[in-house]
Amino acid sequence: MILRWLWDHDLAWSFRRSPVTVVAALVAFACVGAALLSPWISPQDPFDAAALNLNDAFKPPAWLSGGAGGFPLGSDDQGRDVLSTIMHGARISLGVGIASVLLALLLGVSLGLIAGYRGGALDAVIMRIADVQLSFPAILIALLIDGVARVALPSESHDRIAIPVLILAIGFAGWVQYARTVRGSTMVEKGKEYVQAARVIGRRPLAIMLAHVLPNVMGPVLVIATIHIATAIVTEATLSFLGVGVPATQPSLGTLIRVGNDFLFSGEWWITVFPGLALVTLVLSVNLLGDWLRDALNPKLR
Amino acid sequence: MKIAKLFAVGFFLAVLAPAQAVPLRWAAQNDILTFDPHSQNHATTNTMVMHVYEGLTRYDRDYKVEPSLATGWKEISPTQWRFTLRQGVKFHDGSPFSADDVLFSFGRIQQPQGTLQVYVSGVKEIRKIDEHTVDFILAGPNPLLLRNIIDFRIMSKAWSEKNRSQNIQDYKAREESFASRNANGTGPYILKGWEPDQRIVFAVNPLWWGKRDGNVTDVVYTPIKSDATRVSALLSGELDMVTDLPTQDVERLRKNDKLKVVDGHEVRTIFIGMDQHNDELQYSSVKGKNPFKDVRVRRALNMAVDREAIRRVTMRGLSIPAGLMVAPGVHGHDKALDKPYPYDANAAKKLLAEAGYPSGFEFTLDCPNNRYVNDEEICQALVGMWARAGLKVRLNAMPFATFIPKILKHDTSAYMLGWGVTTFDALYTLQSLVRTKTAGADGSFNLGRISDTKLDATIDSIKIATDPKARDAMLRQGLVTVQEQAYYVPLHHQLRPWAMKKNVSTVHRADDRPEARFTRVD
Repeated sequence: MILRWLWDHDLAWSFRRSPVTVVAALVAFACVGAALLSPWISPQDPFDAAALNLNDAFKPPAWLSGGAGGFPLGSDDQGRDVLSTIMHGARISLGVGIASVLLALLLGVSLGLIAGYRGGALDAVIMRIADVQLSFPAILIALLIDGVARVALPSESHDRIAIPVLILAIGFAGWVQYARTVRGSTMVEKGKEYVQAARVIGRRPLAIMLAHVLPNVMGPVLVIATIHIATAIVTEATLSFLGVGVPATQPSLGTLIRVGNDFLFSGEWWITVFPGLALVTLVLSVNLLGDWLRDALNPKLR
Repeated sequence: MKIAKLFAVGFFLAVLAPAQAVPLRWAAQNDILTFDPHSQNHATTNTMVMHVYEGLTRYDRDYKVEPSLATGWKEISPTQWRFTLRQGVKFHDGSPFSADDVLFSFGRIQQPQGTLQVYVSGVKEIRKIDEHTVDFILAGPNPLLLRNIIDFRIMSKAWSEKNRSQNIQDYKAREESFASRNANGTGPYILKGWEPDQRIVFAVNPLWWGKRDGNVTDVVYTPIKSDATRVSALLSGELDMVTDLPTQDVERLRKNDKLKVVDGHEVRTIFIGMDQHNDELQYSSVKGKNPFKDVRVRRALNMAVDREAIRRVTMRGLSIPAGLMVAPGVHGHDKALDKPYPYDANAAKKLLAEAGYPSGFEFTLDCPNNRYVNDEEICQALVGMWARAGLKVRLNAMPFATFIPKILKHDTSAYMLGWGVTTFDALYTLQSLVRTKTAGADGSFNLGRISDTKLDATIDSIKIATDPKARDAMLRQGLVTVQEQAYYVPLHHQLRPWAMKKNVSTVHRADDRPEARFTRVD
């Protein structure tokens, strides 16, 4: 029954009609699967120092001369298997990306709801802050938050808190889009009869916002969120590439690209190129999915 | 009319300008810590400081001692040396140099918050005889005095007092002073500006008393941490010289026909130090005791390191595996003794079990990530090697400017450091790294607070030994004891090729101190 309903749903229909989306979905699924299952399926645990052997360092990919079967995409300067580091790195990249989007979503949606529903001075204040923040590039705000956190917190704990700080930085840098979208839709919904009815029967504003308005404004937000995951992964990679993101001991894709960059001149291109390709693939597939979702949910394009 | 006049003046100035400016754009990976010449005994800092500040003596191209601010010296008795100071020398601010500045600098360098006391160790007192004569009163005979005082740099008393910089900055407390950001020496170059982590700019001192071998008039030093960026900048022509090459790029740079690579060794030994003082090891799983007080544990740490693999893979052949704490080229080094503990992870494991740690233990390794060649990479490799002996090591890598205050406070369980021997004599290493720490020069970098009374006695007799043969025997004994007791884990001696454009020539310095006065850009 449910399967039948899912198969016949508009979304499913438009999904089947778009081969690019199917491929993107498969690729994204494979990436996410490989990342999530990396502790169990990666050929090597790159964080287990005892398993690394310096004598395995700088092995080229398996299909080149000098390559070894145990290192399908080659090995890095410490003898880590590049494929395994990519899988573990993608896990951290995805984790940071999704967590920061959730944070941005939570912040943006609640502020947007409040601003849209309450209106007045509160609305003005929230939206002016949003306007100011929108005038800075997101990466700059993330850098700022990261920089402040580094100065404020003792240096010993930097590595331990690097990931939470990064999530906060990227999350805070991204809430504005959600707030604006939600505020606009909320202002439209708030005038509709069902909201007035709810108000008349005496429901409290918080309950109206959450139970009645929120479900009706979430559609566009989910589309933004999907595309934002890709952006957040790139922001994380950029910060890590600049050396202010995830530490080298727990490398994300961006960190791997940065570390591998040192060996580009000396001919060990695989240390940086494969994580780069993995990042491109992951971001592109998530982005294509987001695009498709936007088109599919847009009534004007149907 | 006015404009025409201006043009005329400009034209004359251009014609009259004595010689064309010859810039040297130079980069290495780390920045200096301070411009205070008495604060931090750190090679890069000393290198920059020596362009501005001078001592009474200096090295020539071949590390022979030659006169600098002193024109001559005479041994009145084994414990009294008379130095004649150079006349007519002016500091960069125009004030004249005299005996008072020497006395002032001597008082200043001995302040406990500095780390350069080692360069005047054994000097009890400096007496002013007249404006241009001073006597050094020694605690005992000191055959190395002239080499030691090269890095005893002379500051202007008047300038320091005017700018409230009579005291050395307290670097550990991150204090800044006027003298830590500005410089006023007598040297061949004048400091034009230092923007931390950005650049240091020097201009030639037209009134310098000496003669430069090179022709460089303007120096811009840029610290570039990223290996790839540093090499790109050299390849693209933005730099004239890079003095610490990423090991992985050396071969490629050798093949580039626009560049040349000058090979040379460095008198620097990279090693791991361990806390051997605290009764409970910090940042460790061991409670109530300190495993590093046990010689078996220290030997195990030595045996678990595969120095040959580090040389081959991480250093790409640019290192000499070390067994001694001094490098070839340092007086006291002996090739026959410089044999590391043989690599044997199983034997290390057995030794650890004997010492009461059959399943190993945890500790933290503090490691700089922008100071020595491949420092962080080596530390990462060590974590893996020690893991095979059962030790779980947490790596704490950080920039040198954060690292140094931390380990100077002994806030560490184990750390990586490199020790370059500017005096080219092993006493410098023994006294700084192994001698029990006192307020003065003794043990100034004995950061694990090793304390061996017998070894202390040997070191103290080396300081005043006058018979070369007996002295050499004691140096040997000291170095062997350090090795047998495994007070440190020596890793390797660095080889240090420099790369520069074809039109640049300079003198490779084994003490890791490139000098602009020896450099020509044609």
